[in-house]
Amino acid sequence: MITAILFWVLTALAVAGGIAVFVVNSMARATYALAVSFVAVGAMIVMLHLDYIGVITILMMLMEMAVMAVFMVMFMGMNPALMPMDMTHNKRRSVILAVLVFVVLAAAIVFIPWPNRTGSPADDLTKSLGDAIMGSKMLVMLTISPVLFATIIAALVLANPKGRYDRYGDALDRRDVDGHPDPDDPIPGGLG
Amino acid sequence: MTLHLVLLVAAALFAVGLYGALSQQVVVMVMMGIELMINGVLLAGGALWWFLSPTPDGQTVLLVVLAAMTVEMAMGFAVATVVHRSRKSDMTDSATDLHG
Repeated sequence: MITAILFWVLTALAVAGGIAVFVVNSMARATYALAVSFVAVGAMIVMLHLDYIGVITILMMLMEMAVMAVFMVMFMGMNPALMPMDMTHNKRRSVILAVLVFVVLAAAIVFIPWPNRTGSPADDLTKSLGDAIMGSKMLVMLTISPVLFATIIAALVLANPKGRYDRYGDALDRRDVDGHPDPDDPIPGGLG
Repeated sequence: MTLHLVLLVAAALFAVGLYGALSQQVVVMVMMGIELMINGVLLAGGALWWFLSPTPDGQTVLLVVLAAMTVEMAMGFAVATVVHRSRKSDMTDSATDLHG
């Protein structure tokens, strides 16, 4: 009974929070609404006995929302909590498409004859996950690691305010009269 | 709490996220929509795992989804930074150079 009530409360919070993100008229409120939605989904994942993944989701999303708020203030150049705005396009077609996708997914969920449960959960699910990623499923982690590393490098290269093309233009081997690299830096020096 | 109910919630989250990703003009808001969609996928994956085949290996798939979420966020912020720097704007409509 308590599980059912908790599930419906979390469902309401998750979906209402998600809708509120695109309904409220300030970005700060949208961020908080999304955080509420994420925490509710994380709690639902914990209810599915995925304690580790659920807690990680909640922690990760709360931090992400904090970072997102900083980016919004930075890019919008205003106090986003006080600035109502409506920055949308294709609103009607987006609603139609979203409703259509939900109807198709819901029809599939209802009409697919889902198979019966096979296998049984381990006694300690978190430990079994650790054993899996350090044992038979280590390749998954070995793949994710370079992807995350490549993401760090790609994000840094993109966000770098003064890359080599900004410093040298199209001629990356530009040299001065003495044969030294001749970048277009506001302050000379550095590693060249 | 049944498989059908959890999957329906996940589908609702996915649909709401899709609306946001399609309708919003600000890059960060588009990212919020994509985050909601991935969150729906994560919830659906958790439900399928628990109700259909709760073996230890299935959890690793959810870790991959979480990693995809992280990569999306990091690259989204980096692209938002580039667009803002070059266009002095954080709107998707100001970066339509490849629009056919």
